Amino acid sequence: MLKSSVDRVAEATPHAIAGRMRGLSDRTLAWLFVAPSIVLLLAVNIFPLIWTIRLSFTNFRVNRPNAAVEFVGLKNYLNILSDRDIWLTMQATAHFLIWTIVLQVLIGFALAYLINKKFRGNDLWTTIIVLPMMLSPAVVGNFWTFLYQPQIGLFNYAVGFLTGADPSSFSMIGDVALAPWAIVIVDTWMWTPFVMLICLAGLRSIPPSIYEAAECDRASRWRQFWTITIPLVLPFLMLAVLFRGIENFKMFDLVVQLTGGGPGSITELTSINLKREAFEKWRTGYASAYAVILFVTVFGLASIYVKALNKVKQR
Amino acid sequence: MSSYSVTEPSLRQKWVAGILVVGYALITILPLIWIIATGFKTPSDAIAYPPKTFFTPTVEGYVNVFTTRTRLSQEQLQALGEPTTWYDKLVRKDGLVISGPSRFAERFTNSVIIGFGSTVLCIVLGTVAAYAFSRFKVPLKDDLLFFILSTRMMPPIAVAIPIFLMFRSLGLSDTHAGMILLYTAVNLSLSVWLLKGFIDEIPVEYEEAALIDGYTRFQAFYKVVLPQAATGIASTAIFCLIFAWNEYAFAVLLTSGNAQTAPPFIPTIIGVSGQDWPAVAAGATIFLVPVMVFTILLRKHLLRGITFGAVRK
Repeated sequence: MLKSSVDRVAEATPHAIAGRMRGLSDRTLAWLFVAPSIVLLLAVNIFPLIWTIRLSFTNFRVNRPNAAVEFVGLKNYLNILSDRDIWLTMQATAHFLIWTIVLQVLIGFALAYLINKKFRGNDLWTTIIVLPMMLSPAVVGNFWTFLYQPQIGLFNYAVGFLTGADPSSFSMIGDVALAPWAIVIVDTWMWTPFVMLICLAGLRSIPPSIYEAAECDRASRWRQFWTITIPLVLPFLMLAVLFRGIENFKMFDLVVQLTGGGPGSITELTSINLKREAFEKWRTGYASAYAVILFVTVFGLASIYVKALNKVKQR
Repeated sequence: MSSYSVTEPSLRQKWVAGILVVGYALITILPLIWIIATGFKTPSDAIAYPPKTFFTPTVEGYVNVFTTRTRLSQEQLQALGEPTTWYDKLVRKDGLVISGPSRFAERFTNSVIIGFGSTVLCIVLGTVAAYAFSRFKVPLKDDLLFFILSTRMMPPIAVAIPIFLMFRSLGLSDTHAGMILLYTAVNLSLSVWLLKGFIDEIPVEYEEAALIDGYTRFQAFYKVVLPQAATGIASTAIFCLIFAWNEYAFAVLLTSGNAQTAPPFIPTIIGVSGQDWPAVAAGATIFLVPVMVFTILLRKHLLRGITFGAVRK
């Protein structure tokens, strides 16, 4: 409604006057304003994407620029989908994704619920909790390898102090059984505040009158929680999960610095695996096909998820 | 009074909630405090067992992060004579001499140049695009907006291969200009979406009045909307700056010497004998503290920034 009234005003301005004022028409201005961004994104995102798709059908290798580039059809794709190592990588990614999301949702929601009790100073403590989220994952991840050192690491010391275990008896990033959890712990530490902030916004959006009405109907606190709080926060929570899901599917910096994919390849998430193929083994064509598969997966899963999210919102 | 008590938590509830949240907050900032504290430890204090909470602070880590040092024998040290500066004196204690500056200052400067350069570009492009999306009938508006957002979903490594090739053929690899352009593109989705939200909130009536007063559309945008959107633009700029500042994947793949930023560099800091944790911590502190300060300044808009404007509180 508002926009059309602006247009009416703009249209009502006589062309002669507009011309004399050297003003550009709204249409021209709109294009002039939008075009640079679109052009930049086409050049830096879409053009490379198309190039990736083209490369994915070839056996091109960056480190052999003089070798003949052959069209190999779907061979790269078939090789990837039948490669056992890539499925292990996918499993590592799934483990990381599922556990980070579960922990962050549980802890994040609990924190938001507690902060929403509006105790004195809750703003200050919220700001403190949020700090890790904004920091460089690579720099922080690197420092966590220090906290994870057997014996001298603060993390090992704290665990030893609390459980009585010998702090030098375990290595979070050196042990095959512990490393997948080492990356889950750091990611949870970093990103729980993200889920917390979104949940908090959800909790604060619930009008108190709903609880008052429920109280009049003598609904128990427990029932109020499950029939009012949870359904009304759910769209917010689902949005948080979407963001975390996409981000952690792309996860690279934090884990590369923490474990480098090791020990062995137990924490080699898809992005790290892809980086190996593309920039260490230099199998450019193969890696391009890999990239296309990843992109289609993220995009497909995200689209399905957004549909579900919209359904929940409409309810 | 009874309706008040329904929505207002009881005093006991507040106490319990307060204690739990404060407990979590203290645990969660411990690693950050540890980074800052380690920066002021000597290497031997840093790796002491049990971990040292109380120690005599030293700026050795800060000296080490900015310099490279070589080990000399006692005779060679004596032949050099008395140390002339306080930092010379500091490293002399460990039988070392400063042999030159490290690359840290250079990398940090790169981070500043690329961070601010991309932020300025991102805000200029983002503001005008957001204004157009907010006020004009742009054909395929929703599709374009979704396209802009979808560029965020791509794993950086996936687009890095052709960008690597593209930059190489254009002569942009390992240059400031190339990285600025790349980070601008990466942050543009954030900037357009956030700024569109902020501009949507400015009543259209202001511009209508300006247009009736004889302003052109561009003047109305420039003189009426921009000042109104100043807070929104500032907080969007800080977000773009923080994201460019923290970026690692592109930086590690596409830069090596000339334009490398601090995040790929800090983890590679090593001392004369093995990993020099106080120096790493000192470098990390210098790098992280500005972001902490910005986060505190931004706290009112934080939620909006991290959700691309999807949640506005």
